Amino acid sequence: MNSSVALPVLIPFATAIACLFVWNSTRLQRGITLLGTVGLLLSGLVLFQEVETYGVVSIQMSGWSAPYGITLVADRLGAIMVLLNGVVALTGVLYAFGSIDKGREKFGFYPLLSAMFGGVSGAFLTGDVFNLYVWFEVVLMSSFVLLALGGERPQLEGAIKYVTLNLLSSTLFLVGIGVLYGFAGTLNFADLAVKLAQTDRPELITVTAFIFLCAFGIKAAAFPFFFWLPASYHTPPPVVSGVFAGVLTKVGVYAIFRMFSLVYTQEMWLTHFIILWMGAITMLTGVLGAAVQTDIRRILAFHSISQIGYMLSGFGIAGVGISAAMAAGVEGQAERAAMLTAGAGMALAGAIFFVLHHSLVKMNLFFVAGAVKKLRNAEELEQVGGLYHARPFLGAMFLIPALSLAGIPILSGFWAKLALVRAGLEVGTYAVVAISLVVSILTLFSMTKIWANGFWAPPPDTPDGERGSDPGDEEDPPGYRLMLVPIVTLVVLMVAMSVLVGPAFRVVQKAADQLLADRVYIQQLWESSGKIERIDALLEERNYVTTVLGEEYLRALLMPIEEEAP
Amino acid sequence: MNLLLSITVGVLFAASIYMILRRSVVKLIIGLVLLGHGANLLIFLSSGLVRGRPPLVPMGESRLEGEYSDPLPAALILTAIVISFGIVSFAAVLVKRAYQEVGTDDLDEMKNTDR
Repeated sequence: MNSSVALPVLIPFATAIACLFVWNSTRLQRGITLLGTVGLLLSGLVLFQEVETYGVVSIQMSGWSAPYGITLVADRLGAIMVLLNGVVALTGVLYAFGSIDKGREKFGFYPLLSAMFGGVSGAFLTGDVFNLYVWFEVVLMSSFVLLALGGERPQLEGAIKYVTLNLLSSTLFLVGIGVLYGFAGTLNFADLAVKLAQTDRPELITVTAFIFLCAFGIKAAAFPFFFWLPASYHTPPPVVSGVFAGVLTKVGVYAIFRMFSLVYTQEMWLTHFIILWMGAITMLTGVLGAAVQTDIRRILAFHSISQIGYMLSGFGIAGVGISAAMAAGVEGQAERAAMLTAGAGMALAGAIFFVLHHSLVKMNLFFVAGAVKKLRNAEELEQVGGLYHARPFLGAMFLIPALSLAGIPILSGFWAKLALVRAGLEVGTYAVVAISLVVSILTLFSMTKIWANGFWAPPPDTPDGERGSDPGDEEDPPGYRLMLVPIVTLVVLMVAMSVLVGPAFRVVQKAADQLLADRVYIQQLWESSGKIERIDALLEERNYVTTVLGEEYLRALLMPIEEEAP
Repeated sequence: MNLLLSITVGVLFAASIYMILRRSVVKLIIGLVLLGHGANLLIFLSSGLVRGRPPLVPMGESRLEGEYSDPLPAALILTAIVISFGIVSFAAVLVKRAYQEVGTDDLDEMKNTDR
């Protein structure tokens, strides 16, 4: 049963290795990669199903029990993210079939892509901080090469910035790990969570929290660390931009969600307040950066930053809500505490929903930009024009996700923002709510700019009044139809997510509640320290902490007297 | 020894930041290498230095008693060294290719993708 946790990591790496054996045949590599990504998606589904049943699933590598061994663990959030990775992988690979050039295919594009997806799965499933670092490096190494592959001048210039800033972030991460290990003597998430909940020097732990926040902030492209993203995301082939926007920055966001919901909950009024405002400023700077751009993919890259801000501010609202609820609980205002807790749960669920929505939508928009590039051989809005007349279907495929990104009602972006705004009002972070609404309007402005100039305006070489060439008199360029397959798939998924928002939101709400329950559970554990019956009752619960650490270890931790007695 | 290592770590970080902020891409690489070394030493230092106490369970005992040096930081550092070796060699090749393509090693002239 537990091997299902390892499969989403193993399958992509097996795919990558298999591809290396058939280095000379791109056709075989395509076949293997397609099989591998279908396998990844299926294993993600299986894992999701298991987590639905059991709550948390974990596996201890080579039988060494946590916290000494290497743990892979999937809770609801992890399983959702792995599933998302599977969707991104499959659509990305399909798009690559239609769009990537022969030269890149020959030089290991597919094995690199598989290795990257394997690394992403690993980062979502790992149970300890150091392995998170290792998976980050696996992802980075593959993404470095994917970004630079082809060796065009802008690619190399972008890659230097990407490599430098991400290396800096990795080193910061490593420094954080070193200092944290010095404090806690362990690196397992669950073990850290249990041990650091009982620390008498929370301010020292908070210092390490900020080292991690900087490191993850660079990965997630949050303000003020995002400068590598607009410098590099528009340079590689569109499929690479799309896949990067789909999962890469999300790995950084996920790391923040994980570390700051499980490990760093000592001084939430400070850490999560800063995350909240980091998010708010990120969304504002991102959208303002996009306003001055005229290249489709550059606009989209800046919007990626802006949307990361929503996810972070959602998470920040959750943290601020929890800490306010704790304060209210201490003062005896149970009703207010319950309302704040509910608001926090909704904010976190909204943030997770936002991650899913943004991955699908932003990937889709990058893919449409790639299709535009294929049709017009240009990405500057001035040089595009007239696409709606020539390709109405592509226009629709752009318009739906673009409106969703801006948050037009009934589309997925609207629901995500609605949850965040409502939670923000309940928790009382009015300023951030106001900023997020203004950013929404600015997003709509940017999307309208692409729509009006790229799709509606007459093509640059025709005089005004003429509406470009008639549909049908342009031949489809090779691979164009294949490129439409993932685009349509993503739009369908996104629309499904919007229409079935009830069930979809219940799934992320469960994930959010599970994340928030861990902190409460650990508090109860420590409060019951020394009382055998209560510990017995608590240890029967199946959650992140008990699944990873096991009953025996926790019992020994909580009952130190019993251990010394014999 | 703690003091000496702390100073070394500080000097390494300072030197690496200085090198990263220079305009030459070669100095950038040197800066990144130094940064990695600084981080590795910091892990070594922050996990506590113990002299002459290997983490070996003595004959006839079942567990480690008293003070012993923690083997885990060494394992972490080893992993980090291997990773940074791979990445630095990639970065070196990248810089060489960028130099050939752009025709300069001045980072200030590699700003076409930022506009």
